[in-house]
This record gives sequence, C-alpha cells and structure tokens, in this order.
Amino acid sequence: MFDLTTKARTLIRVRGLKMYFPIHAGIFRRHVGDVKAVDDVSFDIYEGETLGLVGESGCGKSTCGRAILRLYDITAGSIQIDGQEIGDLPQAKLRSLRPAMQMVFQDPQASLNPRLTVEGIIGEPLLEHTSMSRAERKARVHELMDAVGLNRSFSDRYPHEFSGGQRQRIGIARALALNPKFIVCDEPIAALDVSIQAQVVNLLEDLQKKFGLTYLFISHDLSMVRHIADRVAVMYLGKVVELAPEEALYSDPLHPYTRALLSAVPEPDPDLTIEDRIILKGDVPSPANPPAGCNFCTRCPAVMDICKREDPEFREVLPGRFVACHRYNEPDENENETAA
Amino acid sequence: MTDAATAAEKPRSQWADVWAQFRSHRGAMIGMGFFVFICLLVIFGPMLWDIPPNKIDIRAKNQGPSLAHPFGTDQLGRDTFAQVLAGGRVSLLVGVTAMALSLFLGTLVGVLAGYFKRLDSPLMRLTDLFLALPILPLLLVIIMLFRDPLRAAFGPEKGIFILVVFVIGITSWMHTARIVRGDVLSLKEQEFVLAARSIGTPPHRMILRHILPNVLSPIMVSATLGIATAIITESAISFLGLGFPSDFPTWGRLLSDSTNFMTLNPERVIWPGLAISLTVLSVNYIGDGLRDALDPRIRGR
Repeated sequence: MFDLTTKARTLIRVRGLKMYFPIHAGIFRRHVGDVKAVDDVSFDIYEGETLGLVGESGCGKSTCGRAILRLYDITAGSIQIDGQEIGDLPQAKLRSLRPAMQMVFQDPQASLNPRLTVEGIIGEPLLEHTSMSRAERKARVHELMDAVGLNRSFSDRYPHEFSGGQRQRIGIARALALNPKFIVCDEPIAALDVSIQAQVVNLLEDLQKKFGLTYLFISHDLSMVRHIADRVAVMYLGKVVELAPEEALYSDPLHPYTRALLSAVPEPDPDLTIEDRIILKGDVPSPANPPAGCNFCTRCPAVMDICKREDPEFREVLPGRFVACHRYNEPDENENETAA
Repeated sequence: MTDAATAAEKPRSQWADVWAQFRSHRGAMIGMGFFVFICLLVIFGPMLWDIPPNKIDIRAKNQGPSLAHPFGTDQLGRDTFAQVLAGGRVSLLVGVTAMALSLFLGTLVGVLAGYFKRLDSPLMRLTDLFLALPILPLLLVIIMLFRDPLRAAFGPEKGIFILVVFVIGITSWMHTARIVRGDVLSLKEQEFVLAARSIGTPPHRMILRHILPNVLSPIMVSATLGIATAIITESAISFLGLGFPSDFPTWGRLLSDSTNFMTLNPERVIWPGLAISLTVLSVNYIGDGLRDALDPRIRGR
C-alpha cells in the first residue's frame, strides 16, 4: 500500500476551504446567518493514498467531499487538483476537468437513475466526455462491469433489479468510467450489509492498486477507515481537528475529541470492558452558531480558559501529525496537561 | 454464472418491454380499444352514415330512436347520430390539441421553475396570477379581441378552432406546472442528479435525461385529465355562444342545445354525454397503463 517514507506527490491541496449555507428568514428572505458546514479546512491528499475522513453525523464530512469536487460553489478557499486551481472556476469551465475527479455515493439506491439501464448509467460519463460510438461505449461499459465484478449480461437491466451491493458496484463502475485520478467515496458502505461492506471495501482497494487511484474515504465507521485509510482526518463541527497517519492516530490520538471518538468504538469481547471510556456530555453545538474559541470547548473534558477565547490553529505538532488544540501549543504545558 | 443467466443474454428491447407491460394492463387495453373505436367512428363514420348533420327535416323533429334515426332527431329534425359523429371529430381534436398545448406549457414552466432556482419565484407567481384570473371574463375578452382577426386569417372554422385550443391551453396549464415543479424540486435533491452533476452533465441534458423521465407519471395523469377538462371547457365556451358557430356541432354544443329538451327527449342529452364520459374514461385508463408501462420499477412485476 501507500508508503509514508517516500515523499509522495501532492494530488489534492485544500487550503482554507469554507462552505457556508446561507439562512434566510422573514418575509423578505433576509440573509440572517450561515450554517458553517465546512469552516476553514486545510489538508493535502498524496497521490495513490487513501485519506479517511471521519466524524459524527452532521459534522460536514459529506459537504467537505462534495465541496472539493465543486459540486457546490464554495464560500472561500482554494482547491488544487494536480496543481490546477479549481476553487474559483465557474461550473462551465469545470466540465472539462470533471473526468479526473469522480464520486461514489452513499445511497446506492438513490444515486442511480431508476429510469436508466445499467448500460445507460455507466455509459453516461462516456457519453458526456468522449466521442465513442455506440458499440465502443458498450464495450467499455462491459469492461467496467468486469472490473467491478458485475455480470455483463446485466447491462440491460434497471437498478431496482439489483441488490444493494451490486448497485454500489454500478456506482463504482460509473465513477471509474473516465479513468479518474481521484475519487471521493462518500460513505460508500454505510447503506450496505456488513457482509457486503467488506466486499465493497476490498473491491475499492483492488481497484486502487489496479488503477493507481487516490481516495478520499468519508465514513463514520472507524474500524473500516482504519482498515482502508493510510491517513485519517477527524472532523468536528466543520473543522478538521486532527490529521495523522492511521497507525499513529489509532494508537496515540492527540486531540481530546479523537480520543473520545476512538474510545466509543464498540469492543466485541464481552469480557473486556473498556475502563477509561470517555463519555462526552451535551450536544454538538449548532453549526449556524458555533461557540467562540475552539469549536469543541463546550464538550471538551480537558478544556482550558484559552479554549473559550481563541480558536486553536491547525498545525503540525509532530512530523506528519496535525492537530488543532491549544494543549499542544507549548511543549512544556503539553507535558503537564497529559499527565493530569 | 449459471446457464440460465447466459441464456437470458439476448438483449431485451426496451419498447418491447413497455408494450408487454401495457398489454398486461387490462383496463388500458380495453380503454385503448374503445378510444381507437371512437376515433375510427368519428373519422370514417360520417362517410358511411350519409345523412348530413346539418340537414333540416322539420317534419321529423323531436323523434325518438328509430331505424332511420338511431339516436333520434332534434327540434329541427336533424339526425342526432350524424351530429354526434361530426361533433366527435371537433371535440376530440380540440381535446387532444388543447391538452397537448397545456401539457407543454405546464411542463415547461414546471421544469424551469423547479430546476432553475432563479426562475422559480417569477414563474410561480405567474402561475398564481393565471390561477387567480377569473377564467370566464378572460375568455370573453380573448374571444372578443381575437375572433374576427383569426376568422379572417384562417376561415371561420379553423380560426375558431385555433382560438378555442389556444384559450383552453393557456388557461389550464397551471396545475400541471405546480405538480411538475414540486416533483422536480424533490428529484433535484436526489443523489443521482448530484451524480450526473459530478460527471459534468449540462443542465439541458440533465433535464432531458434525468428529470423529465422521472416526472412522467404526474404528467401522464394531468394529460389524461386534461383531455376531459378540454372537452368540457370547449362545451362551456360553445354554450356561451363564443365557440364554434351554432350550426357546427361539437359534443359540448349538442349537450347544451339539448338541455332545453331534456324532459321531452332525454336521450338527446344522454348520447353526447355518454360519448364525452366514455372517451374521458378510456383516455384515463390508457394514461394509467402508459404510466405503469413506462416505469421500469413497476414493469415486469
């Protein structure tokens, strides 16, 4: 898989990405505020790696993934794919860049048009971006169906005739059709059975090896992310709070939120009870009205005074490990806090 | 894969599937049979039944059904059967054309309003405006203004036909527009539309490929109901004396002419009324069958 020791090329560079959804109220639909779904997020994705993006429901994971593909018109920030800035391109100019970046969706039922056949669905990107003849397109669709493990004879069928796992394979084949470099997997396994989840994840890994793909793997399933991801970013309330290589993050989480999140992973062995499970109190604040200072300060078990005043900077505290927490500001203070 | 799967490999034609599903809908087949029968009757009937609908035979007025006049005669001795046949031509043509026009307008406005956020508010206010307009005075004004120029341009019958179709079309598209807009709004949030956007499908192909096929069922329902409304509105206009000239039979006009004689010859109301109801019913069943046949989720179940 991905080797961290070699200095890999950066494929996706996200800087200061903000995606606010305006709130309108009153008779005149006045602009009264914003839902800060993604608020100042920065990270890189290296070529050939899988970056896991985890977080609880509503923290902005999916919005972040969609914003990177410019399915939304972003509020601010810069997105570079392969050195090409796409953050401020108009949608019409993005069209020619779309083949390089594709998406696999969460709900395999809803992400396939019920009125198109499998051939129509997988062939749509080919129809839009290539000048293939009908026969060439059909051949390519069959090739893709082979690649994702679907029977070629199913190409005339409609999505409702397939099982959830097969539908997700159709969605993956569609994403692969144009030989993309980068695929955003937006919770591709959340709507599937556990037995099918493993199949789909293994398929994604095989395809990554075969075609040299780069993934942004969005999920709330921590164990699945651990399995597939090379590096993991943890989001909370629209911000990335921690970004680290998978092994380091799971063995030694730095941010208090990551710790709480990891301690919530169920333990399958009934004899082993996790003693120091961190239970967060209260609810996630509204993204329309985030707290002053650190977004996590309302629930943080190790909250300090500065957390309620200043927003911590997202910075590299150890090589390859980024965290946004005041506890890692001064090295000496850090020592005291972790002891406590 | 098993042999059965490979055996089924021969490609299935989509339209053969649609036709197979349509044929399995009994109501739709009966409806279509009846509709074709009515169409053939009104197209070829007047050639076979050689009494002209306008031939006045005052000695045979107000007759009941007989071999010479199977549907009876009216107060001027005109043959009701010949009139129903001739009237059917106009009524069906008006119904289908006006429905097509209102469907086109309604779908266009609905899709544009639902898909393009910027057009939503102005177009829906326009729809509200048309819904709020009192239809009858509007009809009077339109017909007063345009009847004579159109008659001069296209001849009395064709001019009135264009006017009636136009008037019915532009006063009945609003409900279709609202239904279609609502469906487009909910479809637009579906992931497959987002998926198409991530592929880079431009808006016009997005609408044609992903939106329109999925709003087909509400459009179908409006269409079948639209024919009925159009036939009935045409009769209302004729009843007010604003539609076709009085010697030009349509089902609606026959009905309204006969109301005064309802107690004397009830069958004079029954025949054109029956023709309207059965046509509308058969069209409704056809629409029902078509809607099912065009939906791959229902097809083959």
